[in-house]
Amino acid sequence: MAEVQVYGVWCSAFVRRVEMGLKMKRVEYEYIEEDLKNKSDLLLKYNPIYKKVPVMLHNRNVLVESLIILEYIDEVWEGPPILPKDPYERARARFLAKFIDDKLPSMWKACWSAGEEREKLIVETREALKILENELKGKKFFGGDSIGLVDITANFIAGWFLGLHESVGLQIMTQENFPNLMKWAEEYSGNSFIKENMPDKEKLVAHYKILKTGAQS
Amino acid sequence: MSDEVILLDVYASMFGMRVRIALAEKGVEYEYREEDLGNKSPFLLQMNPVYKKIPVLIHNGNPICESLLILEYIDEVWKDNKSPPLLPSDAYHRATARFWADFVDKKVFDLGRRLWTRKGEEQEAAKKEFIDALKLLEGELGNKPYLGGDKFGYLDVALVAYYSWFYAYEKCGNFSIEEHCPKLVAWAKRCMKKESVAKSLADPIKVYEFTLMLKKKYGLE
Repeated sequence: MAEVQVYGVWCSAFVRRVEMGLKMKRVEYEYIEEDLKNKSDLLLKYNPIYKKVPVMLHNRNVLVESLIILEYIDEVWEGPPILPKDPYERARARFLAKFIDDKLPSMWKACWSAGEEREKLIVETREALKILENELKGKKFFGGDSIGLVDITANFIAGWFLGLHESVGLQIMTQENFPNLMKWAEEYSGNSFIKENMPDKEKLVAHYKILKTGAQS
Repeated sequence: MSDEVILLDVYASMFGMRVRIALAEKGVEYEYREEDLGNKSPFLLQMNPVYKKIPVLIHNGNPICESLLILEYIDEVWKDNKSPPLLPSDAYHRATARFWADFVDKKVFDLGRRLWTRKGEEQEAAKKEFIDALKLLEGELGNKPYLGGDKFGYLDVALVAYYSWFYAYEKCGNFSIEEHCPKLVAWAKRCMKKESVAKSLADPIKVYEFTLMLKKKYGLE
């Protein structure tokens, strides 16, 4: 059995965060694809409370929740730091990461909803994006010169959210209203280990098109 | 240069209580400022523009928000003090402690709030789920004196603040938490023997009166 195993699904931004963290530290791992409509006994055993992916196993340690796993990866393995060293900067990074996760469901729903609800969600999403836009002022990445916790957590925005923009024809986040974020997304997605952890855009768009039709029927 | 530490807080907030306990554990002197959530101070809005919530710890002008993040910050900054670290030293135990603290915030808070704000079937459902959540935490405690193991730690701080709300939950829900989770209540009483906890937790009667006041204000009676 490999020292590190990751249970995930190919289209989950949360799972990909864990893989990015491991790749940043050059940690080899075994990846196991789950079927969320038919969860394996092992997944239910390792994450009985939430029954979700990602789950990471390291020797006999079972870890769940992507942000908690990223902190663990940073503490256990040498390599480029995921979190800053300064306690205030660490608190700030953790705060922004939690903020992104807090707003993620609305961002997601904004892509799928309609009418008044959609308008409300778009306003909420743009308010959240504004905070991140301001955070990026004068910086290449949220982590400064290099990718850090907040950049990894924001993978959803660069890959999934912008990917959905294409498929659903959205104008929530544009070059015009969020130039810093768009520049960040381009720089970020250009990184080799980020690129290999974004799902194939066409596959993702096709997958969501099916989901959207399903949701509407 | 001596540290300037300010805590923006509300007496009955279990999140604020966590920070009070941690600062007391570390022997940190600070200025406590009570906020009126119906009339938030410009300073609070400036220090926490994203969520506009308490608690906020301001250390030499730098604001730190979100109680669990504040606990980690306190543990990292005041680590040479006389008291032991709040978080475990082992990475896996730290991850486990963070997991359960996150569980407390995801489950216990919401279910507790539903318990004291709803009625009838909704309240009964919330009560059952609330007890289930506490039972899971009781399982995590096992036969240890503290959730942190032999020593009082981060996860104990995260959960024990809710003990001040148990009386309010019990009165509103018409049940006894001790009856369902005796080990957890015993643990809470053990924590209350610590000065840092006893002086940081709000008076349960005052918390209950606070819920009655809120219920009246929002027409939830």
